[in-house]
Amino acid sequence: MSLFIDSTGFSYSRRILDALRVDPVLMLMLCILSVFGLMLLYSASGSNVDLMLRQLTRLTMALVLLVVVANIPPRVLKKISIWLYMGGVILLVAVMVYGEVGKGAQRWLDLGFIRFQPSEILKLAVPMVVASYLADRILPVGWKELVVSVLLVSVPVLLIARQPDLGTAILVGSAGFFVLFLAGVRWKIILSLGVLLSLMAPLLWKVALRDYQRDRILTLLNPESDPLGSGYHIIQSKIAIGSGGVYGKGWLNGTQSQLDFIPERSTDFIFSVFGEEFGFFGSILLIFLYLIIIYRGLYIAAQSPENFGRLLAGALSLTFFVYVFVNTGMVTGLLPVVGVPLPLISYGGTSMVTLMVGFGLIMSIRSSKRYMG
Amino acid sequence: MFKRVHLKDDFLESRLIRRRLVVSAGIVLVLIGIVVARLYVLQIVDYEHFSTLSDSNRIRIRALPPTRGLIYDRNGVVMANNLPAYRLEIVREQVEDMDETLSQLKHYIDYTDQDLERFQLLSRRRRPFESIPLRLNLNDEEVARLAVNLHKFSGVEINARLTRNYPKGSHAVHALGYVGRIDVDDLSRVDEISYAGTSHIGKLGLEKYYETELHGTVGVQQVEVNAKGRTLRVLNETPPIPGKNLHLTIDSKLQKVAEQSFGEESGALVAINPNNGEILALVSMPIFDPNLFVNGVSYENYNKLRDSPSRPLFNRALSGQYPPGSTAKPFFALAALEANVIDKDKTVTCKGFYRLPNEERKFRDWKKEGHGEMNMKNAITQSCDVYFYDLSYRLGIDKMSALLEQFGFGQKTNIDSTGERAGILPSREWKRKTEGIMWFPGETLNTGIGQGAFLVTPLQLANAIAALSLKGKRYRPRLVRSIKDNNTEELLETRVEIAGQYQLGKESNWKHIQDSMINVVHGLRGTAARINRGLKYKMAGKTGTSQVFGIAQDEEYDAETIAKNLRDHGLFISYAPAGKPRIAVAVIVENGGHGSSSAAPIARKVMDAYLMGKS
Repeated sequence: MSLFIDSTGFSYSRRILDALRVDPVLMLMLCILSVFGLMLLYSASGSNVDLMLRQLTRLTMALVLLVVVANIPPRVLKKISIWLYMGGVILLVAVMVYGEVGKGAQRWLDLGFIRFQPSEILKLAVPMVVASYLADRILPVGWKELVVSVLLVSVPVLLIARQPDLGTAILVGSAGFFVLFLAGVRWKIILSLGVLLSLMAPLLWKVALRDYQRDRILTLLNPESDPLGSGYHIIQSKIAIGSGGVYGKGWLNGTQSQLDFIPERSTDFIFSVFGEEFGFFGSILLIFLYLIIIYRGLYIAAQSPENFGRLLAGALSLTFFVYVFVNTGMVTGLLPVVGVPLPLISYGGTSMVTLMVGFGLIMSIRSSKRYMG
Repeated sequence: MFKRVHLKDDFLESRLIRRRLVVSAGIVLVLIGIVVARLYVLQIVDYEHFSTLSDSNRIRIRALPPTRGLIYDRNGVVMANNLPAYRLEIVREQVEDMDETLSQLKHYIDYTDQDLERFQLLSRRRRPFESIPLRLNLNDEEVARLAVNLHKFSGVEINARLTRNYPKGSHAVHALGYVGRIDVDDLSRVDEISYAGTSHIGKLGLEKYYETELHGTVGVQQVEVNAKGRTLRVLNETPPIPGKNLHLTIDSKLQKVAEQSFGEESGALVAINPNNGEILALVSMPIFDPNLFVNGVSYENYNKLRDSPSRPLFNRALSGQYPPGSTAKPFFALAALEANVIDKDKTVTCKGFYRLPNEERKFRDWKKEGHGEMNMKNAITQSCDVYFYDLSYRLGIDKMSALLEQFGFGQKTNIDSTGERAGILPSREWKRKTEGIMWFPGETLNTGIGQGAFLVTPLQLANAIAALSLKGKRYRPRLVRSIKDNNTEELLETRVEIAGQYQLGKESNWKHIQDSMINVVHGLRGTAARINRGLKYKMAGKTGTSQVFGIAQDEEYDAETIAKNLRDHGLFISYAPAGKPRIAVAVIVENGGHGSSSAAPIARKVMDAYLMGKS
């Protein structure tokens, strides 16, 4: 790896990383991002050390899980994917029946010792199961494979969208779609699906979306129409980012952030805080870091010796990109407000663990025996 | 028969997936490019716009009310100041359940329905995050009780605010006026920006007239707030400029003497320095405590004041209009001499009544049996009505009102206070305008003894006698001597203004009037002779009695049988020392009967206090 200078100290640490089956580039970027995230969280939470420590604990746990998963060989992953998938879907149904209501949506399952969102499992299980299904078929995918895959994807997506959790549904759906896309679904089909969707859009608008979701989309088009109601988030977020200017107001100095004008500023809207305090240059740097991670993931996918690894690593990297794009697009007013966190930076344990396990999967693929990188 | 067999070709498949990966990487780059472009627009192109929005978001402008100017008497005695008073205030935004908070507060502090009503009225007009007073003027015990339990309430505050205070209570209330809470009417008159943060405004008297000077200039504080409106720090501050101090012409000690001299009587007194128009005392009795009004008078107290038959809220000195009675006589006498229609030594026989030629109607003298032979001096000294009926008949209403107008009757003096009324100086012109009918000769006679339609205010009367003492030079009366700018330490004297100057025809005419008026006090038969005992200076005066209700032709006025409130008003006008006047006083005692017994002794006490330094 050209990123690592081959001095004795580095080669020593590289040997350790290799032994742990950890990709040094990804690991370095993830760590830099996590440190960024902790710093930003400290600022966004109003210098709340407790909150930061809690996030640090989760981060440590997530990194341990990453290493554990990285050491599971891809063929084992391939085998368990269908069980993981089925378990996830059953839990989703359980949530629908027994789940806890939080913030107007039924997402949580309380198992007594731990409370978690089963939809997080599907973020990984869906691309895994579709990748393992398609890996053994002849590519590009034929009609039968397409129908089976779409069914595999749409069952959990519809269940999650019903909760309602549009953000996660989009992430799970796109993860499944990316596997299909990489597996070579014909452009004709992709295009006609796109046309079909846009034709059905008015119907979907009426039937599939809930009132608040429609509101969010309308708000996106004209946030100033309701500055104290649904437009408030977007307006305040844009003010925060815009007032950051080229160099930003400085860490802990964002007035919009520190004075509580940004709602959800330590979770979904944390990028507004970043944009305000670190400005255009800081934002570009952050996005560049994300880009390195995405491209490293895609590179690992390309170098993978088998289809399962190629499809899974590629889809997970692209899903990571969807996180970044949807979140930054949302806080800058390009996309409607959907609950997608800024990966590795937003406060919250579940998404942190899922993401890190996802990178564990990618690293497992990189370390498989026939890896050519 | 044949099933087409597709063999897995890893090379082709991996090429397909790689191609798709490259396409994906391209799409990722394009979409990331869009986000970067968006950030470029927000943070660089529209930076100014959002920066301004961000500043206005977090910066609030808060008004700092100025401290109201103080009021001193002419010797530096404090008449009005500001004291910190504790208020119970509530910030609506910080209260979770207003009804609950209000009912819980009731356990610790008593507030009336009226307080609540006012609180709700203010709540509707307040700016966001402004604290609204629920109770004013908390006493120490209430503050202590509340302070201990304050942690149980969010949004409830105890704030000390400077509040107007009149340390001498009811003393000089009608001269000072008072301040009260700004109401809807006030708001429509004043500039809302300069009164942002100010809770009180001059409602009456000096406090109202000099509102601009007393109020000062509002200060501005830029504070940084969070989205909940809580102040985090002060960014910059333009301090308020306190209002200017007023130094009055009023002499508090003299005012006190005058107020005490009235005893239980109702009435008014105005003492004035003839040489410059400075008001030395301005009294309207009874008086009331203006402090009651500062923080919103309770209905109970207000009703008591308003419904009191002695009408303490009524400023008699400026707004009270009374028939001048015989106090008008010296002016008419001067008019007759100046017009040369009468010789000062010619006598008129007073038989107790007067009849116009060819008329049946009898015009009665107050002395039933008549005064006998009367020349002008005696007629003034003994206040003979018949002489003045005759004088008026000869002089005519036109010349009478023309001269009296020169002494300020029938017009406002333009004193620097509020509520002044103009009185009525009857004339043909006035009658045509107001009633649209012609003037009757009988009315001339009634006017000649200061009755009929003729009405004066005590202030007018004082200013007229002051002018008479100076042979017709009349000043605009003033309550404020100087105004001190607390900011520049500059002391601005108010201007001495001449309101009018009567051009005396003959010096001897005026001299004769003055001599006659000296005789009223010092002469053996003077109507005010009873006050001359021990008098160490020469006083010129004239008594008067004004009818409250008309008595029919043949009825007699019997003070004993008439209810107190229908009894005549007693009047007295005077100045001293005659020849070199330093003070002029007009007194009216409502329902006091004859002026010589009720009003004149009050004037004597005030003059003694002023000229002899006695109190």
